[in-house]
Amino acid sequence: MSGSRLLPQLGPDNRFFWTGGADGQLRLLQCEACDTFIHPPRPICPTCLSEAVAPRVVAGTGVIDSYTINRQKWHPAMEVPFVFARIAIDGAPGVILSTNIVGSPVDAVEIGDRVRVVFEQQDDVFLPLFEKVG
Amino acid sequence: MATEAFVTGIGQSQIGVRLERHPLLLTIDAIREALDESGLTLSDIDGLSTYPGKTAAPPGYSPVGTEDVMDALRLPIRWYSGGGEISSQLGAIVAAVAAVKADLARHVICFRTVYEAAALSRPQDYPQPRGNGRIDGFPQWVMPFNALSASNWIAQYAMKHVKKYGLTREQLAQIALTDRKHALLNPRALVREPLSMDQYLEARMISDPLCLYDCDRFTDASTVLIVSAGDALGDVKCRPVRIAASAHAAERYSWDQPDVMASYATGRELWKNTDYQPKDVDTVQFYDGFSFLALTWFESLGFCAPGEGGAFIEGGARIALDGELPMNTFGGQLGAGRLHGFGFAHEAIVQLRGLGGDRQIAGDPKVAIATSGGGPLATALLFARDM
Ligand SMILES: [Zn+2]
Repeated sequence: MSGSRLLPQLGPDNRFFWTGGADGQLRLLQCEACDTFIHPPRPICPTCLSEAVAPRVVAGTGVIDSYTINRQKWHPAMEVPFVFARIAIDGAPGVILSTNIVGSPVDAVEIGDRVRVVFEQQDDVFLPLFEKVG
Repeated sequence: MATEAFVTGIGQSQIGVRLERHPLLLTIDAIREALDESGLTLSDIDGLSTYPGKTAAPPGYSPVGTEDVMDALRLPIRWYSGGGEISSQLGAIVAAVAAVKADLARHVICFRTVYEAAALSRPQDYPQPRGNGRIDGFPQWVMPFNALSASNWIAQYAMKHVKKYGLTREQLAQIALTDRKHALLNPRALVREPLSMDQYLEARMISDPLCLYDCDRFTDASTVLIVSAGDALGDVKCRPVRIAASAHAAERYSWDQPDVMASYATGRELWKNTDYQPKDVDTVQFYDGFSFLALTWFESLGFCAPGEGGAFIEGGARIALDGELPMNTFGGQLGAGRLHGFGFAHEAIVQLRGLGGDRQIAGDPKVAIATSGGGPLATALLFARDM
């Protein structure tokens, strides 16, 4: 699936996330005091209220928590069907990333499938998409 | 002790698509009906509450704000509120309850006006605002992945029910089928054609497991409820209905991080706020912008256990007009139109006043629940005719 995607407005809170894929790494914000991952990113840890939070490279793998197959063309240029999924990210307890599953037929996707990140660049944004492992 | 809050007048404009009538006039149509019913006059109205306030985008989503109503009618307003940062559509009624209990106002007009079908048909009048083309806030976490519709976000939760609890399409269909049956009995309903199980099962899928008939569609209409202070009912000629309890709770504010939607915590919270119990409820009016949301409200409010919603509504008899727990007796948003939350509260009052006509449930209903919201948004209202 390609085509023109809506892109996020980059700013101090989210730039690391949306541009981190430039070197192929998935980054999430983590508290340096208690290791809690913070997503969506905010400048404070919800667990210990530390403000020492910083982007951390994570493995970039995970498990499909849920998904849907979108079949409706919401605008004429949209290519359908595609899988819109939620991924529970390995090594980052509690963090879910919404994304697309690429590289496999839409009916080959199942909850519990293992996936890994692949980045798709559009303008200055590196979108973390996921593909099935194995 | 603070006064109780009551719904006095209720009103509704015509419900349609691509209406020509000005959205402020639709709002005033609904206000007129509510005032006529209640016996109140414009000079009695000193509060206004709406959701989500006037917005430019999406076009027609909320074209009328409190400012328009109060100035158009020169209302002597002492308190008003309109905003999206509240527990969902019916949060506007919760705000009005708080206002009358605090004596900030005596009679509050609560309204929700939707005009999306008309706006989309007249882009010259209701243009899509042009930003810089980038998105922020919550949508940035889903829309870059082409999940442009809330149907995609809700479908994620629905799919978990399918895979974890075995929810079937035939079970889920009972929301849409029941809505349509009831809409046939509502002269104002948008969709007044029957829907069969075969039609449902053959419908094109929008976002699995949701098909076309699981999703509401853009509608033009306005709905009004007047919330009044209990010690200001002297001039009211209709039968007041007490707002016995309200609730909101959420695990966290997010459409994709929590395991379950906010309806579950909200349902538990509601029963903490009242002595009534689920067995006391005569009818439920459950938000069904997507059918699955109504199913989760049965679970959330404890009418059945989490995961058992599909079995609970299976066959449809239980939630039919003559069933033990009639649901969405006006047709819900899938039948009556996307009134965006307010239709459920409106219908709760209709039923408790015995004004349902062909769709009036039997007996002498005294307790009703109305809900709104999806994802992190959730509001539950418990209405009782007991004072
Ligand atoms: Zn911390």
